[in-house]
Amino acid sequence: MASKTAKTSTVPFADAPINASLTAEQKIDLLRTMVRIRRFEQTSLKYYHDGHIGGFLHLYIGQESVAVGSISLLGENDHVITAYRDHGHALAVGMGMDECMAELFGKKTGCSKGKGGSMHYFAPDKNYWGGHGIVGGQTPLGAGLAFALKYKGLKGCCLCYLGDGAINQGAFHEALNLAALWDLPVIYIIENNGYSMGTSQARSSAFPKEGLAARAEGYNMAWKKIDGVSLYEIRAGVQEAVARAHEESKPTMLEIMTYRHKGHSVADANAEKYRTKEEIQKYMNEHDPIEFWKNVLIGEGVITEEDYKAINKEAGAEAEASAAFAIKSPYPDESEIFDDIYWEVDNNTEAGRTGRHFFHG
Amino acid sequence: MPREITYREALREGLDEELARDENVCIIGEEVAQYNGAYKVTEGLWKKWGDKRVIDAPISEAGFIGMGIGASMLGIRPVMELMFYSFAYVAFDQMMNNAATCRYMSGGLTNCPIVVRGPANGGTNVGATHSHTPENIFANMPGLKVVTPSNPYDAKGLIKSAIRDNDPVYFMESTVLYGMTGLVPSNDELEGGELIVPIGKARVSREGSDLTLLAHGRAVVTSLAAAEILGAQHGISVEVVDLRSIRPLDEETIMASVRKTHRAIYVEENKPFCGVGAQISSMIMEQAFDDLDAPVLRITSADAPAFYSPPIEKLQLPTADEIVARALTIC
Ligand SMILES: Cc1ncc(C[n+]2csc(CCOP(=O)(O)OP(=O)(O)O)c2C)c(N)n1
Ligand SMILES: [Mg+2]
Repeated sequence: MASKTAKTSTVPFADAPINASLTAEQKIDLLRTMVRIRRFEQTSLKYYHDGHIGGFLHLYIGQESVAVGSISLLGENDHVITAYRDHGHALAVGMGMDECMAELFGKKTGCSKGKGGSMHYFAPDKNYWGGHGIVGGQTPLGAGLAFALKYKGLKGCCLCYLGDGAINQGAFHEALNLAALWDLPVIYIIENNGYSMGTSQARSSAFPKEGLAARAEGYNMAWKKIDGVSLYEIRAGVQEAVARAHEESKPTMLEIMTYRHKGHSVADANAEKYRTKEEIQKYMNEHDPIEFWKNVLIGEGVITEEDYKAINKEAGAEAEASAAFAIKSPYPDESEIFDDIYWEVDNNTEAGRTGRHFFHG
Repeated sequence: MPREITYREALREGLDEELARDENVCIIGEEVAQYNGAYKVTEGLWKKWGDKRVIDAPISEAGFIGMGIGASMLGIRPVMELMFYSFAYVAFDQMMNNAATCRYMSGGLTNCPIVVRGPANGGTNVGATHSHTPENIFANMPGLKVVTPSNPYDAKGLIKSAIRDNDPVYFMESTVLYGMTGLVPSNDELEGGELIVPIGKARVSREGSDLTLLAHGRAVVTSLAAAEILGAQHGISVEVVDLRSIRPLDEETIMASVRKTHRAIYVEENKPFCGVGAQISSMIMEQAFDDLDAPVLRITSADAPAFYSPPIEKLQLPTADEIVARALTIC
């Protein structure tokens, strides 16, 4: 790879302390993680079409910078929770492609043993609390993770991601009030990709002209709107919120502007009806976060076009290898249907042995 | 001429006819209008009826269903679509508390003619959060009606009755059945010029004399397949009774069938604990104990959340083979 010391950059937010301190290796790692997410998603799409994957598949292509930029700021006591478009966050927290791909294939080796599928990835060992299928359902849980951190006296925060459509769930508003009222160190990150399924933001939300996050004003909560194409801008904006959570135990609402290149899910037959082809092309050509970051790094002399190709190739090979791993992994056993329902039963405790827990047959 | 149409088309025809009949009928839900419905049930209705009658809602189920309940008190007849019935759980207070009890608490001064419809089924590998079957839960609450059509004919006839009903009707469909085809008469061949299936009348889907399979929703289809096998391979004559609605319940048809065959199995994709079959087997025990030649059995989904893994989830749902095997233990 290219030089360890980067040239000074004129890209906006490059001089924010959190960015100025990045080493060349770290910058390349950020690129690699985004590229790995994209290749993972492209590979899963291919295998979905080949019939290896069931149910829903919501791809993160186009939004990679949001998870990668924000999660790159986290430390030991910081936690992550998101909705069903969860593969990007999973790889960003350090989950492996193998267990992620195997989960899509419904295999025993999947991160949730084949039980959760695409929408329900979990890795508590990496402070990753899902993967939630019900729109907005994760938002009170995010407040809860923050409550637990504060209760235990830990200096940490919870990044809770949600979509621009999810902001209209009642549970989210109750959670916002709790977070502000009780000073919970939670950071709500609205990934504003402009659409909730086929409904544009204008048709789904009433909000102040400053943007969706400005709704936070009503809760006396800090907020900020961030352009999601640039990792520098995301890192600078999210870092302020992380500091606010760590130092003052205060919540923040962030709105990160982004775009999904694909349909809502693989089943979205109307993806090119509610959005024009031109609009999609424009975002792919002019607002692609990977393309943007690659050019930043080339401009700074951190990588060359050749380096980028090598990263891309390596990520593609890793994704293919994860699919091969998934294919050769076994399906779960029928007997596992009744595992993982009650902790007490799984652990064969006194409580788990007392009374009848299951009523089949 | 009866036409072969899908369950989805049958529902759409019913909705379309009711939109035409009564200007107070409107459709509200996520992606029901411009997107033509997540499962295409409402395809074309927005184009035909416009923004006032077919309305796209934000992802605010508690808000828009509660709003529909309020509007129904003032004479609107909202037909609310839940993209999945699993999402009823975020609107639970509105659906279980407000819709069901306003009438009672007002001493009969109010009523809520709302319909909440959408697919309530597992079996499509979408994971536990999206695979709930809440028919027993809502039927538990007096004041609510629960309807579960198993075929296109009933889907059309029942949705029309549901919209005309003056009480809250929770109408549970199945994504697996949307593409199912069946004969549905056209209006010109019907007396009265339209297809109405009353809520509270079961259907004897297949006559038999040795065993009654009682079922609702998609379990009816599975039961009919099992009945064929039991007849062809085991010489057992099976009657299949499709409840069509869980509440109100057609007790007479159920008991008449059990008195005729002397054996009954309840088949459902609901979970076993306090499932619909639990209620019905208790009623059979109380009312037809002396007519029974064997204990009433229940075949349900596995008593576990839905497993994503496609080959495993399949094992969680009742199958024709399972029905055959259990039937052979009592016949
Ligand atoms: C309570 C609930 N209602 C509806 C849905 C169906 N649904 C899944 S995703 C989605 C759109 C969400 O859009 P947004 O919040 O913007 O997130 P994005 O998909 O754009 O990431 C809808 C309507 C659901 N899963 N849960
Ligand atoms: Mg969105």
